[in-house]
Amino acid sequence: MAGIFSADAWQKIWTFRSTFLLGLGNTVKTAVFALLMALLLGIIGGLMATSGKKALRALARIYVELIQNTPLLLQMCFFYYALAFSGHSIGIIPTGILALGIYTGAYMAEVIRAGIESVPRGQFEAAQAQGFGYLQRMYYIILPQSIKIILPPMVNQVVNLIKNTSCLYIVGGADLISVTYNFVTGASTGGAYAPAYIISGVLFFIVCFPLSTLASTWENSLKKRDARVNTAAKA
Amino acid sequence: MRELEGSLKIITNTGVLQYIFKGLAFTLVIAVTAVVLGILIGSVLALARNYCSGKISRIFKWLAIIYIEVFRNTPLLLWIFICVVFCPCPKFLAHKMFGLSTVEVRMLFKAAVALILFTSSVLAEIIRGGLNSVAQGQFEACRSQGFHTVQIMLYIVLPQAYRNIVPTLLSQVVTTIKDSSYLANVAVIELMARVRQIMNVAYQYNGMTTTNVSDVFVLFGFAALLYFIINFTLSCVVRTMQKRRRRPAAQTVRA
Repeated sequence: MAGIFSADAWQKIWTFRSTFLLGLGNTVKTAVFALLMALLLGIIGGLMATSGKKALRALARIYVELIQNTPLLLQMCFFYYALAFSGHSIGIIPTGILALGIYTGAYMAEVIRAGIESVPRGQFEAAQAQGFGYLQRMYYIILPQSIKIILPPMVNQVVNLIKNTSCLYIVGGADLISVTYNFVTGASTGGAYAPAYIISGVLFFIVCFPLSTLASTWENSLKKRDARVNTAAKA
Repeated sequence: MRELEGSLKIITNTGVLQYIFKGLAFTLVIAVTAVVLGILIGSVLALARNYCSGKISRIFKWLAIIYIEVFRNTPLLLWIFICVVFCPCPKFLAHKMFGLSTVEVRMLFKAAVALILFTSSVLAEIIRGGLNSVAQGQFEACRSQGFHTVQIMLYIVLPQAYRNIVPTLLSQVVTTIKDSSYLANVAVIELMARVRQIMNVAYQYNGMTTTNVSDVFVLFGFAALLYFIINFTLSCVVRTMQKRRRRPAAQTVRA
């Protein structure tokens, strides 16, 4: 474990601290924009999958299955090369946002679909009978009931999204992982493997750990409440 | 049109096909190995996190928690980089084998270690879910029958836990097959890396001197198709299992 205890290596990290922060900034920036795109795609996909129309449902299904069953890395490379060779290169970070957004969108669509499907059918029918339009029905009746089922897995997907920004490395991105790798292999900065990887890991951990802990405690407390409600209903 | 014909020529080239399918074989072997070993390590972690609550054994509980949380909250690629630098490779593996050079075999071993460590942290949480689903009465019944703690785990709790999580484990195989593509970042061994390698030299195979957009679509489309066939089959199996499982449970509740 060369370098873990060497003051020189840590000194080097401190000197180049702005590089790491820049990488973290890029990672967060990519994740935020990709998240916005994923939410948009997820809401559209989820609503399509729960709509009565067969064609819309099939379309949403195809989107979700196609994206969920192929690796993100492949999609990232596909977008990057396809754009590059057709002469429409949009830069690495935008390509990353595009690929990550589409990938995470498929997972969001599944989460939202499951949330909407967890609301009993009678609620839809009752709302319709009361004269609610589609959007009103979704907004006033279905959303408040399904949001607690949707949010915890959604936060988990955000954690995955942040970790998945590391995919940018294969197309030469500037996210935290790529920056770290370039740092440890760089001609003038190279060598400080252990400290650089530790710092990079710690930065990821600081961002992801609160989110994933929030998701799991949230989920557990919901489960416990459901169990209480069930036992109360049985009694 | 000529460009597309050229691109199709790439994936009808026997040598290229062989090269790609060998990569697919590596992908599958790596993923299955990672899941199998991950289940072993993950089981130990899950048991430690759930049941080590004695005064001294609490240390193991905390070690398991730290391990699981650290791996769950950092990207796989970071661990692949770390293992490539720091993971020692046993001497007897550092030889030419399976058509890989010595360097590649060592790289494969190191990257596979990272994948196994990472997968085991995910599997630990899945197995813990399975353990929590085993009814409390089972423990009490075993104690009253005179079972030792280890016996309870081995004969009563773990079999039930595994049975409950078979669908989740299978869908983890899908995830691991997808995750194994991360190895493409460090070595040209599995499917993703090999397709990318072909992509970089596509101009040699497509009968033209340049690489075209159609090559991108054909090559990555072909790789996506291979991944899709395998993963989709697995996810269909998972879905049927879940459906079949839900039905009897629902009936018992109604009765």
